[in-house]
Amino acid sequence: MAQAVRRLAGVRPGAATHRQGGGWIALIPSLTLICLLSPIIVGLTGTVLPAFGVMPALGAETPTLAPWSDLMAAPGVGRGLLVTLWVGIGSTVISLAITVTILAAWHGRVWFHRLRRVLSPLLATPHAGLAIGLAFVLAPAGWIARLISPWATGWDRPPDLLIVNDPYAIALIIGLVLKETPFLLLMGIAAVHQVGPDPALQVARTAGYGPVSAWMRIVLPRVYPLIRLPIYAVLAFALSVIDMSLILGPNTPPTLAVMVLRWFNDPDLTMRLMASAGACLQIAVVAGAIAAWRLAEIVIAVLARPVLSDGRRGGSGTAFRLGSALPAVIGLGLAGLALASLGLWSLADRWRYPAALPTAWSLETWGRTLPGLGRPAWITLATGVAATAIALVLVIGCLEYERRAGVKPTNRALWLLYTPLLVPQIGFLFGVQTALVATQLDGGWIGLIWSHLLFVLPYVFLALADPWRALDDRYARSAACLGASPNRVLFRVVLPMLLRPVLVAAAIGFSVSVAQYLPTVFAGAGRLTTLTTEAVGLSGGADRRVLAVTAFTQTALPLLGFAAALAIPAIRFRHRQGLRA
Amino acid sequence: MFRAAIRARRMPALALILLFIAWLPGTPAQAEDDWQAVLEAARGQTVYFNGWGGSEQVNGYVAWAAAETEARYGVRVVHVRIGDIAEVVARILAEKIAGRDSGGTVDLMWINGENFAAMKAHDLLGAPFTEALPNFALVDTVGLPTTLVDFTVPTDGLEAPWGMAQLVFIHDTAVLPTPPTTLQTLLMHVEANPGRFTYPLPPAFHGTTFLKQALLSLSPNPERFQEPVGDTDPVAETAALWDYLDRLHPHLWRSGEAFPPDGPTLIRLLDDGEIDVAFSFNPQEASAAIENGLLPDTARTYILDGGTLGNAHFLAIPYNANAREGALVFVDFLLSPEAQARKADYRIWGDPSVLNVSELPAGERAHFEALPPGPATLPANALGTPLPEPHPSWTGALEAEWLRRYGG
Repeated sequence: MAQAVRRLAGVRPGAATHRQGGGWIALIPSLTLICLLSPIIVGLTGTVLPAFGVMPALGAETPTLAPWSDLMAAPGVGRGLLVTLWVGIGSTVISLAITVTILAAWHGRVWFHRLRRVLSPLLATPHAGLAIGLAFVLAPAGWIARLISPWATGWDRPPDLLIVNDPYAIALIIGLVLKETPFLLLMGIAAVHQVGPDPALQVARTAGYGPVSAWMRIVLPRVYPLIRLPIYAVLAFALSVIDMSLILGPNTPPTLAVMVLRWFNDPDLTMRLMASAGACLQIAVVAGAIAAWRLAEIVIAVLARPVLSDGRRGGSGTAFRLGSALPAVIGLGLAGLALASLGLWSLADRWRYPAALPTAWSLETWGRTLPGLGRPAWITLATGVAATAIALVLVIGCLEYERRAGVKPTNRALWLLYTPLLVPQIGFLFGVQTALVATQLDGGWIGLIWSHLLFVLPYVFLALADPWRALDDRYARSAACLGASPNRVLFRVVLPMLLRPVLVAAAIGFSVSVAQYLPTVFAGAGRLTTLTTEAVGLSGGADRRVLAVTAFTQTALPLLGFAAALAIPAIRFRHRQGLRA
Repeated sequence: MFRAAIRARRMPALALILLFIAWLPGTPAQAEDDWQAVLEAARGQTVYFNGWGGSEQVNGYVAWAAAETEARYGVRVVHVRIGDIAEVVARILAEKIAGRDSGGTVDLMWINGENFAAMKAHDLLGAPFTEALPNFALVDTVGLPTTLVDFTVPTDGLEAPWGMAQLVFIHDTAVLPTPPTTLQTLLMHVEANPGRFTYPLPPAFHGTTFLKQALLSLSPNPERFQEPVGDTDPVAETAALWDYLDRLHPHLWRSGEAFPPDGPTLIRLLDDGEIDVAFSFNPQEASAAIENGLLPDTARTYILDGGTLGNAHFLAIPYNANAREGALVFVDFLLSPEAQARKADYRIWGDPSVLNVSELPAGERAHFEALPPGPATLPANALGTPLPEPHPSWTGALEAEWLRRYGG
């Protein structure tokens, strides 16, 4: 099995013995892939079979296409599908466009480096918390309307405008763009560093090309292949997101993933066959959209070739730079307002429309709500810490094996690692749940932590791989020359030097775990609930104050993780300038 | 009897004892001993209580009851807050199909209507238990017949009544002094004031309730719906409802293109001034909302001419519960006069009691007599006789047709 998986991962067999330090660590890459892929394979099987009428537990044993004809006849599927594609492709195109313009416009400028610090908190903000805050801000009775009413608008009462939950899903697209652009930007910044384009850019500038024009012609074609997988992950996520869609998305009909989740939860269990067909359709939608995107890449590459070499130099790019700042400022402003509104509502005693700020303040909501949040907060924390710790061990094991064995991961290995981010959650988590129920692991810690690990691990790997590979190999070699064993080198030299990136990777992993909605719903079986499931559950409701306290706590937890990731190395390395940056 | 006995063979001994208690009218002393045995078995158990968690008042009350039960009986209660109890019915059914006949994930559930009917139909409720509860004797089963008949389906001791509900409408007298008291005048009101009314998205509980209320109010023979859906086309039989909704929807909030996700959201929309009329299944909701700073002091309650739907809500124990004794102890505490009176206090929750208060001993009755009248609560006699719920089969029929017409 281990051999097979290693071959699958594209790691040369026997490579482990190539250098010293094989042994247990050689098993970790295989173990990691088994951890990641086995639930997905089990889950996909448990979803595909019912989609074709095979679910022995329900007494359905003969394969049939009936679930598919039921699916086609279900009300709203056609429009739901269109909305899903519109949201998924629209939000990804917008996020990518903003990412590319910002990278092109601000390359090599002071702000470029500061950007990273602004992006981390946004990346850490859970989807549900941000969506709830956005709804507080954007809705007709929301904060923006309150700030400008009635003096500027004449709205004594909130206007009957379909802004949040709108059929065109504009609010959902805004939410997704706010969450996905920071991720693509961070991946893009890392890719730009990897390409190291400064000499080529200088040549182009010497030839008279403007900075933006030069970047677009020389850097983008080399950066794009490096962020292709992250883009596909964003596309897959946006096509199948559930928690944000429940809060901001349309509801007559909702997006496909939300519809499928409703069918899975229907008390009529035969609906699960149709739900499974819907889950397969969701997978097909994601696969089709990625294939179409790939096709578009090829077409654009061909069409762009003459443009790239048309010899036009482009201007100074000042207007472009200012233009690119606009979406960034609007985005950061909206996100800031959303988070601030969570804070304000949590402290409000009374805040009726159209008052711009609460008219009465109180800490009472916090006092009333916090005791009930203790258990979900503890489950959130414990699951996040456990999943992150396991992910760190596995990822460090993989990277250390890579270093010791001197192997380079293939493209195929990277795709396998991305699998949990490319397969829609609704497409396999139901099958996972069936397996958990059968083994009585549902509603237990093992299932919950494992299901979070699937999504935490790829992000931890993405965050840690580059700094790990960038570490100068001579440190380890010097230590080895002094007689240190490979494990001693790892624990005394490599890990201490990489403490900062390890902690940042841990903070990212933890924030990914905190944000998980569907895995918690399916694996937690209602018994284990997190701040995220609580916040989504309360997202309707009469009391914005209680919702704000829940969402604020949910958002604060990963931000605290990031703060710790920054503070610990600063304290630990207060006498070591070189390790702080 | 025969079927019950077969089922019982697979049950733990204590459940068997309880089954016999339900069947054999034992002596009071024996019942007391049996209850002592339940209390002892319950000590140290953890009860996973699955119930709708969308109301902070309800959650706060459940937290209080859980803390009291732990302190008094050593039973830990975890409130698993869920969005729709139908999901839990599906989970228990899935557990049964997977052969998980003991150690289930749900010990107690807050339920009524079509979900209870589904649990009963699929044999997911184990043995009757209400007669084993000392406090069940205090329930007003005569004055409140819906404590024994849930949406026309007999409870058969498989669920214990927890509280009473009646649909009431809420308006802000400062905005709309005379609210529409019939569905026809409601339609006229939104025609003149577009967007000032909406209802939650079915199958959300309050959304479906509005459909049923409109069905009964608009149909020439509402008694028909006491019987299950028959061979005749249910859509044709409910045509009056769909005609009405077809006319109403273009004038609804957001032109009927979006609907609020649940009942409490209506209170928020009323407070924001987005709509003129909200509704609730809790007659004291408006008073509670004023108390909690969620509605202005000028909010008031009213009912429709011709009456509104009323029902009871219940607590049921799944057949594969892991902590059945603990669940029994918790239910019995929830039925105690102390707990029922606290629940009826609009400052806490405001959910009407199921007990026969006038028959309680003076000491227990004092709990109820101390309750303050809510500023926006109608006196009991103003609520009229509640309309009985339709047969649960209509719920599915109405929801499916609604989805077909307006959900896509």
